[in-house]
Amino acid sequence: MKLFDNFSDLARPDISRRSLLTGGLAAGVLLAFHLPVRAANEPIQPPDVTDGKFAPNAFIRIDTDGRTTLVMPQVEMGQGVYTSIAMILAEELDGDMARVVLEHAPPSDKLYGNPAFGIQATGNSNSIRAWWMPLRKAAASARAMLVQAAARQWQVEAASCTTSKGEVAHQPSGRRIDYGALADPARSETPPKDVALKDPKDFVYIGQPLKRLDTPDKVNGKAVYGIDAMLPGMKFATLAACPVRGGKVAKVDDTAARKVAGVRQIVVLDDLVAVVGDHMWAAKKGLDALKIDWDEGANATVSSEQIWRELRAASEQGGAIAKSTGDVTKALAAGERIEASYEMPFLAHATMEPINCTVRLRPDVCEVWTGTQVMTRVQSAVAQAAGLPVDEVIVNNHLLGGGFGRKLEPDMAVAAVRIAGKLDGPLQGVPLKVVWTREEDMRHDVYRPVYRDTIAATLSDGKIAAWKYKVAGSSVMARWFPPAFQKGIDIDGVDCAVDQPYDIPNLEVAFVQAEPRGVTTGFWRGVGPNNNVFAIECFMDELARRVGQDPVAFRRAMLGKNPRMRAALDLAAEKSGWGQALPARVGRGVAVTPAFASFIATVVEAEVDDAGEVHLRRIVSTVDTGIAVNPDTVVAQIEGGLIFGLTAALYGEITIAKGRVQQSNFNDYRILRIDQAPKIEVHLIKSGEAPGGIGEAAVTVGTPALRNAIYAATGVALRRMPVDRSLIAAGRKA
Amino acid sequence: MLRPVMFEGVRMATTLTINGEQISVDAPPDMPLLWVLRDVLGLTGTKFGCGIAQCGACTVHIDGKPVRSCVLPVAAVRDRPITTIEGIGATQAGARVQKAWLDLEVVQCGYCQSGQIMAAAALLAATPTPDDSDIDAAMAGNICRCGTYVRIRAAIRQAASGRQS
Repeated sequence: MKLFDNFSDLARPDISRRSLLTGGLAAGVLLAFHLPVRAANEPIQPPDVTDGKFAPNAFIRIDTDGRTTLVMPQVEMGQGVYTSIAMILAEELDGDMARVVLEHAPPSDKLYGNPAFGIQATGNSNSIRAWWMPLRKAAASARAMLVQAAARQWQVEAASCTTSKGEVAHQPSGRRIDYGALADPARSETPPKDVALKDPKDFVYIGQPLKRLDTPDKVNGKAVYGIDAMLPGMKFATLAACPVRGGKVAKVDDTAARKVAGVRQIVVLDDLVAVVGDHMWAAKKGLDALKIDWDEGANATVSSEQIWRELRAASEQGGAIAKSTGDVTKALAAGERIEASYEMPFLAHATMEPINCTVRLRPDVCEVWTGTQVMTRVQSAVAQAAGLPVDEVIVNNHLLGGGFGRKLEPDMAVAAVRIAGKLDGPLQGVPLKVVWTREEDMRHDVYRPVYRDTIAATLSDGKIAAWKYKVAGSSVMARWFPPAFQKGIDIDGVDCAVDQPYDIPNLEVAFVQAEPRGVTTGFWRGVGPNNNVFAIECFMDELARRVGQDPVAFRRAMLGKNPRMRAALDLAAEKSGWGQALPARVGRGVAVTPAFASFIATVVEAEVDDAGEVHLRRIVSTVDTGIAVNPDTVVAQIEGGLIFGLTAALYGEITIAKGRVQQSNFNDYRILRIDQAPKIEVHLIKSGEAPGGIGEAAVTVGTPALRNAIYAATGVALRRMPVDRSLIAAGRKA
Repeated sequence: MLRPVMFEGVRMATTLTINGEQISVDAPPDMPLLWVLRDVLGLTGTKFGCGIAQCGACTVHIDGKPVRSCVLPVAAVRDRPITTIEGIGATQAGARVQKAWLDLEVVQCGYCQSGQIMAAAALLAATPTPDDSDIDAAMAGNICRCGTYVRIRAAIRQAASGRQS
C-alpha cells in the first residue's frame, strides 16, 4: 500500500517494522525496502488509517503535521499517472506538492472504480480523462472544507480567505494557517453541495512540467515492484504450463528435480507444474530437471498458417455493421473501386518485469503482493481460486515494471494461489513468490490478436467518395468485458475506424469476429486503434499516390471538419521539413491519429538499404492532447509510445507451430535497442480542451508513418506487419 | 552489516564484497549472482529480465566493469568487488548518471533503469566523454520496453558534460 514515504524527510513511524522485515539489513542500503507486511497478531483489515486525519474522501488524507497523503486510484506502470493524478488533486486542493505522499489504492470498485469502466482498472489511456472532473471536484470540496474551518476559527467570511501551498490565508488581517492545523477542525465541516473549480488560467501545477514523484526511487534501486516483494520465511517458485493452450499434464518424472539442492516441493496441477525452492535458482534448476509429458489436447496441431487461412476466410464474410453513413454501395458502384487489405501479427507484451505474483495462503485468509492493472479482478479471481470470501483476500499493489495490457489479466495471481494451495507440511501458509521465466512469460501471454482489414474506396475530384472498411479479428472485449461486445461489434475493434478523422460522405465500417484457434488474445498497448489507424493511414497513402497527390495535401483536404487533427498535421509538415529534398533511399512518411481523444500527426524519416533493412533517422510528432496535465510526461509518452510501436513494426511477431508459441526470449522476440533509436522531436500544441489520453496514442501512429516512409523511399507498399525486408529488397526502386 | 537469509541444508559459504561490505553467503557455486543478490540478500534493485544476458536489466559491476549477473555464477566472482544499483551512487560516475537521469526525467516504468544506470556509469568511468556511437555501443545491450532511449542518450551526454564543467 504505502510505497512512497521517502519523498521528504518526514518521520517514518513504521521503521521498526521495516527493519524487522529486512532482517536488520544495512541501513542506507535497504532503508526503503518497504512492504506492507502485517505481523501475525495484527488484525486482518488494517486499522482505520484515516484516524486523526482530515479524510474528506477516498483520495485525500491530511495529517495534523500537514503531510498530505494522496491515494492513487490508477496504477503506475511508467506512464507517469501517479504524478499527474497528484497534480490534479493538489491543484484544486491548493496543496503543497512538496508535502505529498502517495499510496497505492486498496481494491475497491466502490471507492476507486475507474469512472469510465465502473471497475478499478487502468487501461484505454483514460486515467486522466476519466478522473479529471471527479478528482478536481473531490479536491476542491476538500479545499472548501479547510477554508470553512479556518474562516470559522477566525470568524471571517470564507469568501475572504485564499489558499496556496497547503495554507489558508486571510489577507485583510494577515492571518495564515497550515492545512495540518486545520486537519482536526475541518473534519466537522460539511462538504459543500456545489463547489467552484479553478479557472484553468489560475492553475499552478497543471500545465507545468513537474518532476515525477516516482522516479527518485527508480534510479537507486529502492523502488519496489511486485517481483521485489520479500517476506520472512518466503519460498520461491517457477512454473511450466502446458505449452499448448488447453493441454494437460500427463506424466511427471521428478526424480532428478528432487535432488537439486534447495528444491523443497514439486507441485503438479492438471495444467501446470511448479517447483518450489529456497530461491529462484533452485526452483529454476529443479524445473529444468523435470521430465514432463503433456497431453496436448485439441490444439496440438494448430499453426500460424491455419490461423491465417481461417482469418482470411472469415474476413470475406459480411460482418456486423458498426457504422453506416451515406450510401456506400451506390457510391462504390459509381467510380473505380480501389481495394486493399492489411494484416497485423500476434504480439507479446514482454513487459520488462516478468510475470510474477506472491501469495500467502492460509485457511481463512489469502494475501497477495503483485503489480496489476486490475486490483479488484485480482482480488475476486484469487478469492474464487482459494475458495475464500472476497473480503478475506488482501491485495497489495506495487509499481508495475511495464503493463501494456498484460496486467489487465489476473492469471498470474490465480496460478500462484493454486500452487500455494498445494504446499505441504512446513511449507503450508508460507509466503510464496511465483516468478515466471521470460520463456514462460513469452509463451503464455494473452496475445495482441491477428487482424485482417479490408478496405474498398472510390475517389472523386481527388477526394474519397466512398469508404467501405471491415475489420476481421478476435474480440478481446467478448472475453474481457462482454458489455462492450454487442450485436457482433467489438467497440475496441472498430475504435478509430468508426470515428476515422476524414470527411468522407459515404462510409461503412463492419466487424467480423474471428477467434484464432488455440490462442488467447488480450489488450496490447494501443489496442484496437493500432490496427485501424495502421490500415487507414496506409490506404490513405496509396490513394494519394493513385490521384498523384502529396500525402499531406491529400489528407489535409479531407480534414476541414477536424481542425485539431488538421492543425497537428500542418505543424508536423512544417517541423519535419515535409517536401524538402532527401537523399536517395530515404523517405518521409506521414500518419495521423485521433486515438484516445488526442490528435497526433507524425512524420517518420527512414532509410532503406539494398538488403531491405530499415534505418530510422528522425521522427517528428505534433500533439494536441487538450490540457497537458504534465507536459513533460506527455512528451515522454509520445517518445516511448513511438518506440514501442516501431519495435513491433520492425520486429514483432508471435508465430504458432504445433500449437506452441515459437518465440521464447529477447533473442528471438526482438526489441528495438538504443542503437536503432532515431532522434525524436515532439511538439505540443497549446489547447484548452479537456485532457486526452496519452499513454497509447503514439503507439498507433508510428507504424503507419514508418510504412509510408518505406513506401516513399522504395515504392513498395507493405500491407502486413512486421516489416518484411525481403519484399523491400525485391521491390525497391533502383 | 548485511545478513543473509539462511537456508537449511545448503552449506556453501562464499564471501562477497558488495558495495564495500563483506558478507558471507550460503549459495550453490553455480547460482547466478543475480539470485544471490535478490533472493538471498534481498538486494532487489538488481532486476531479473531475461535470464540469458539479452536485456541488461541485471547489470552490476564487478571490478568496476559491467556484467550480466543473471549468467554469472557466484563462484566466478571470487573476491572481486561487486557494485549494485544500491551502491552506485557512491561512485562519481554513478552519482552523475543518477542526477542526469532525474534532471532529464529519463525514467518511465523504471524496471530496466537499474541496469541502464549501471551500464551508463561504467561507460562514463571508462570513457569520460562518449560520443553518440560510444553511447549506442555501450548501451545496446540494455533493453527498455518503455522506449526511453532518446532521453538515455541525452542524460549520458549531460552526465559527461557535467564532469567537464
